[in-house]
Amino acid sequence: MSSADVTTSTPDVRPPARRYPGVLWRQYRAETGQMLTRRRNLILLGVLAIVPVVIGIAVKVSNPTGGDGPEFLNRITGNGLFLVFTAITVAIPFFLPLVVGVVAGDSIAGEAGLGTLRYLLTVPVSRGRLLTVKTLAVATFTFVAVLVVAIAGLVMGAALFGLHALVLLSGDTVGIGDALARTLGVVAYVGIALFGLAAGGLFVSTLTENPIAAMATTVGIVILSALLDAVPQLSAIHPALLTHNWLGFGELLRRSVSFADLTRWTALHLGYAAVFLSLAWSRMASKDVTS
Amino acid sequence: MAVRTRGLTRRFGSQVAVDGVDLEVPRGAVYGFLGPNGSGKTTTIRMLLGLIAAHAGEIELLGQPMPRSAARVLPSVGALIEGPAFHPYIGGARNLRRLDLMDATADPATSAARIAEALGRVGLTAAAGKRFRNYSLGMKQRLGLAAALLQPRDLLILDEPTNGLDPQGTREVRKLVRDLASDGTTVLVSSHLLSEIEQVATHVGIMVGGRLVRQGPLSEVLAEGTPRVVIGTPDVDVTHATLRRLGLEPLPPAGADVSARLGSVAVEDVAAALVQAGVRLRRLDVVRPDLEDFFVSITGEGFDVLR
Repeated sequence: MSSADVTTSTPDVRPPARRYPGVLWRQYRAETGQMLTRRRNLILLGVLAIVPVVIGIAVKVSNPTGGDGPEFLNRITGNGLFLVFTAITVAIPFFLPLVVGVVAGDSIAGEAGLGTLRYLLTVPVSRGRLLTVKTLAVATFTFVAVLVVAIAGLVMGAALFGLHALVLLSGDTVGIGDALARTLGVVAYVGIALFGLAAGGLFVSTLTENPIAAMATTVGIVILSALLDAVPQLSAIHPALLTHNWLGFGELLRRSVSFADLTRWTALHLGYAAVFLSLAWSRMASKDVTS
Repeated sequence: MAVRTRGLTRRFGSQVAVDGVDLEVPRGAVYGFLGPNGSGKTTTIRMLLGLIAAHAGEIELLGQPMPRSAARVLPSVGALIEGPAFHPYIGGARNLRRLDLMDATADPATSAARIAEALGRVGLTAAAGKRFRNYSLGMKQRLGLAAALLQPRDLLILDEPTNGLDPQGTREVRKLVRDLASDGTTVLVSSHLLSEIEQVATHVGIMVGGRLVRQGPLSEVLAEGTPRVVIGTPDVDVTHATLRRLGLEPLPPAGADVSARLGSVAVEDVAAALVQAGVRLRRLDVVRPDLEDFFVSITGEGFDVLR
């Protein structure tokens, strides 16, 4: 081929490529599907499912009669539904944040580490869209993680102790339908609370191309918050800490739920999410992709 | 122009990685983008694609400003940047499927057919389901090319596309580039394999130390190089002396032959002088520089990383 073959006149610029509708849905499905089928993530979800199973068996075998142990523990034998709340109480300080931290921390940093980030961006997927898709997928995974604990707890609780009308913390009794609705409320509350952390993980994930560092930092956020929460001298800032109100779902197990408190705490969690996502967006928009 | 940059500049700390580069890749060209390691080729390519920001200068891809028009331009651009990168635990076809689902301009109805066609084009049909991590280096490279070919493209930017390929694979990539170019696709290809570039390129650009030191049609760039005279003789010392008398400096020996850049001295005068000096000649040739000679004459023989 010689240089004479080269067209020097500028041909018409190709018109903007047609965009096929429903792309956000396709992107979300592809991303969520990948997250929910990855073996590592399935193992993490499996570990979460084991939590209520282990507690259930332990309670069945030893039949505790109050005293020490997590909240709700001594109520399980009376009603399997309490296994859900006990399992969430046990999983929320460490297991759930760990699982969410791994997946959120990996979200962008993992792509950067593999080098797939540069190919996603040149597809092209705009940086804002990529962050949106990742955020939706991580949010989905967060709720799935809480649901796994809840469903495993429900199944295990029903099998070992049966489901009965729920005796609330206030002493009142509500029917099984009401009880399940409250359980769903607990799952939603915990999911939103953990999404605040997941957003932190997404932000950290935009800072590095080392996914392990991003995961560790995200889990570190939880540890730091829990540490600060344990220092009595800092009680002034306790209500604003990320993890402080994570156990606030107990409010849903009273007869007259204090929606004012729940709304305030939920707003705090969503506030954390908004701040972290804004930081993630500003970092993402200006980031040099050199990996 | 398929690619045009003006004064493109990028620093990393105090080091200027790309320094005032004016790239011009005409439509339909196969542009060989050359330069030693660390000369700024990949940084330039990353700026073209909007992956890293330029500190100064302008970029146009297919007549549109980048990175502002990325959403409009990049669907028509296929790229292989610093080697292939895919998710290791899923197969080649699933990796392509993921990229295709992410593409707003990809028709979901034709996705499976386009993926199969792209895999076929790079000879990976049999390995479509195999996990990426179990691919050989050459197969990974082919999958990267397949990703670049998922959609019809006006411009392909291929960074080291033959890296890791065996001679057979290298030939196939060369054929692929030729086929694409004959369909009118502009190809910007960076490579260290100068003989490869020489076989497919219509244009070349040479980067040294962050600057684009030469650029133009391959034939014109090569014509700039001075031809060499190559002399086969047992009388090496006399030959050296004679050449020096004519004002020619013998080049460092490569093999048994003596050679020197001709410059303004005509080869027949060299022949006459050698015969007069009693040099016994086995052969006497004029050699036009090939791309490698030219490249080395610009970038130097040194093996050391410059910066």
